[in-house]
Amino acid sequence: MEMQSHLARARGLGSTKHGVGHWWAQRLTAVALIPLSLWAVASAISLGGADYATYHAWISELGNLVLMLCFVTALFHHAQLGMQVVIEDYVHGETAKVTLLIATKFIAIIGAFSCIVAALKVALSG
Amino acid sequence: MAAANRPLSPHLQVYRPQITSIISILHRITGVALAGGTLLFTYWLTSAAYGAEAFERSQALLGSWFGLLVLCGFTFSLYFHFANGIRHLFWDVGQGFEMETVRRTGWMVAIFSVVATIVTWIFFCPWLGGA
Repeated sequence: MEMQSHLARARGLGSTKHGVGHWWAQRLTAVALIPLSLWAVASAISLGGADYATYHAWISELGNLVLMLCFVTALFHHAQLGMQVVIEDYVHGETAKVTLLIATKFIAIIGAFSCIVAALKVALSG
Repeated sequence: MAAANRPLSPHLQVYRPQITSIISILHRITGVALAGGTLLFTYWLTSAAYGAEAFERSQALLGSWFGLLVLCGFTFSLYFHFANGIRHLFWDVGQGFEMETVRRTGWMVAIFSVVATIVTWIFFCPWLGGA
């Protein structure tokens, strides 16, 4: 016989207070990317056809370096959150889905660290 | 899973395309494209860490006609995802749900992303003497 109330049974089983974690992170990174992506577009335009010395001088400016690291962090986090939703919606086989999800997360981490290290390396080199 | 004889929604083959549904799927398509674009961005940014020669090679690749074409596609994708993302953020705070508003903002997103892409490339297109 079931001695628990429905509420008692539900408590602690669900994603209470954590279910919005993905949703919130996607929105937080989206808001961050509003100014950051505009900055990135403007920067990309200004660096079109630039030689290495020009890029080196640009990334060595502290403001540009910090914004680049912020942009890369928000970008890869936002991208992998979005890819996760798309994969979960369209890939139905459990093995393929989990494999793609893991691959997405790993690629995002590798990409983000590559960008961060590369930006720092050039900016901090003489 | 039980046998999948259940009805699916929407039936895409009989579903009349509307500005709302087109913008919705384009948000996903541009999002996936931009996620792929992060890898091109990573290539460009990391090339600089390998020195001047590698950086200038990646700059030349992006500056080739094919590179510019790809960048043009990413420009549109970014403007579209950017504008429609803001539309989504308004929905998240409960604004703009009236059907007329939803359609109007949908058209605004479509027009903005096309115009902004054209303006960006006309003003900054290398072969027109811009940046």
